[in-house]
Amino acid sequence: MATARIVIVGAGPAGIRCAETLVKAGFKPILIDENRRDGGQIYRRQPEGFTRDYSTLYGSEAAKARDLHDSFDRLRERIDYRPDTLVWNLIPKQLCCVSQGKHSTVDYDALILCTGATDRLMPIEGWQLAGTYSLGGAQIALKSQAVSIGHRVVFMGSGPLLYLVASQYLKAGANVAAVLDTSPLSKRIVALPKMLARPGVLLTGMKLLAQLYQAKIPVHLGIKPEQVLGDAASGVNGVRVRTAKGETLTVDCDAVALGYHLRPETQLADLAGCRMRFDEASGQWWLAVDEEGRTSVSGVYAAGDGAKIRGADAAEHAGRLVAMALLEDQQKPLDAGLRDEQRKALAVMDQFRLGLAQAFPWPAEQARALPDTAIVCRCEMISAGELRRTVSEKGACEVNRAKAFSRVGMGRCQGRYCSQAGAEVIAAAAGVSVQQVGRQRGQAPVKPLSMLTEEVSP
Amino acid sequence: MSGRFVRLAEQGRATVSLTVDGVPIEALKGDTLMVALLTQGNALRQSEFDSGRRAGFCLMGACQDCWVWTRSGERLRACSNEVREGLDIVTTQPEAKWPLHG
Ligand SMILES: Cc1cc2nc3c(=O)[nH]c(=O)nc-3n(C[C@H](O)[C@H](O)[C@H](O)COP(=O)(O)OP(=O)(O)OC[C@H]3O[C@@H](n4cnc5c(N)ncnc54)[C@H](O)[C@@H]3O)c2cc1C
Ligand code: FES
Repeated sequence: MATARIVIVGAGPAGIRCAETLVKAGFKPILIDENRRDGGQIYRRQPEGFTRDYSTLYGSEAAKARDLHDSFDRLRERIDYRPDTLVWNLIPKQLCCVSQGKHSTVDYDALILCTGATDRLMPIEGWQLAGTYSLGGAQIALKSQAVSIGHRVVFMGSGPLLYLVASQYLKAGANVAAVLDTSPLSKRIVALPKMLARPGVLLTGMKLLAQLYQAKIPVHLGIKPEQVLGDAASGVNGVRVRTAKGETLTVDCDAVALGYHLRPETQLADLAGCRMRFDEASGQWWLAVDEEGRTSVSGVYAAGDGAKIRGADAAEHAGRLVAMALLEDQQKPLDAGLRDEQRKALAVMDQFRLGLAQAFPWPAEQARALPDTAIVCRCEMISAGELRRTVSEKGACEVNRAKAFSRVGMGRCQGRYCSQAGAEVIAAAAGVSVQQVGRQRGQAPVKPLSMLTEEVSP
Repeated sequence: MSGRFVRLAEQGRATVSLTVDGVPIEALKGDTLMVALLTQGNALRQSEFDSGRRAGFCLMGACQDCWVWTRSGERLRACSNEVREGLDIVTTQPEAKWPLHG
């Protein structure tokens, strides 16, 4: 069995640590990533020819970024690395891939999904206007291209990334107009005991906030987003929110970075038939995995934010741990001490992530309050009112039925940015829990393919 | 408006010339198409469902809001493709050409 074909999807912290552990055990895994370079989201590398140093790019995480990149560079020749390759479908024991317009298949005996996460979005009236970006997108603009998404940028939403990206913009010399957080201070106080599980991370977060205050950036907690202002031709020219005191606040800006923490990329696991579970703390559907990353389907494993959203440090531990689960299942020797270390570290991070979920809750109630005119699906311009009518007129109280009637979730993003909020709108209109309305099933291709894709024989 | 995106650093790179909707533009080596277009204009394309202009959303290949085309009809995500010397980009989908019978 030393020749088991092991395929890892995703070259972020989870995928790289997983590959490293498998190489140490004598395997040569295939590592596939859609990106042209390794590193995943947080440790994304800038293009060749850019010169900013690690501390400019990664701030407090510079040492970890360098360590991960160095580890990858050492692994490079000992794994079968396939960058710029999207896995767009999966059938039992085979992946369908596309790279530079060319289609190919990759057979596997064991599959480890380290597919990470994308921004979690709650719509707001006007968010379809040009100049509204996802918070993660705003960070990518800066990290990988050294640009700001606008001349005056508002950061709105909730979660630790909101403060991180705002302070990265500030440090890079961008004009930060305001930070508008939907979570009130009281939630953060309640969450403190859990967040103290990782005092260092908590302190880093508080320093970011201090930097924003020091630079006199307006920071408002407990706001209710009302509208992204602007017009169809020129895009965003402001945002309007209601402050915690109930006053109307309008901020002029030409760009908005919007995000409410993250949602896992689970489409491939879904296509593999892996069981999902509803995570109460974050109010979304996650992949069901055991402590070490085994899914409900034999031979399919998952680690990192794609399995459980616990952040980059946890992704590294989970990547090592999932590799050891695979070694154990293949009856290979493994380092029990190392395994215990990963488990212990992850237990602390589990505690911390519960704290984060409490401190920066997903504002489900906003979906209920969305005006009928607000667009839920930005791809195809489908409004909250249209979606509500599928419930009231067609009785669609389940997301996949509502999707069939309204097309919400069928557009270009395939529901990545609208299906969670869509589920909340349906749940509110039908008077049931969001768990009851279910989740949008993953469908192939997991991202749209260009029609020019040609076949190549493997 | 000069452009939607603002360059904050890394401006010492070599320039690359390309054409967008028939107009020659200059970008910097390593720029994504999105950055090349949005440092000089305020949108990438026209929405096909309303009168709105679109300028991308996620920058990570997940939303597909940033599609542009090469003149020969190949669809590209502006956020995940870099500029190349001589590239000829159009921001509306070129009409599909079907082979004629007979
Ligand atoms: C835009 C963004 C910015 C973030 N910034 C920060 C930050 O600054 N600090 C922080 O602490 N956390 C940040 N996070 C959270 C952070 O991403 C994670 O905690 C960490 O990167 C998770 O590591 P991972 O290995 O699980 O996944 P990732 O690092 O997300 O890597 C997943 C990889 O899988 C690849 N992939 C996914 N699907 C496919 C497919 N079908 N085919 C081929 N390849 C595929 C992706 O291209 C990606 O490279 C960010 C998240 C996002 C979405
Ligand atoms: S901006 Fe989302 S795919 Fe390009």
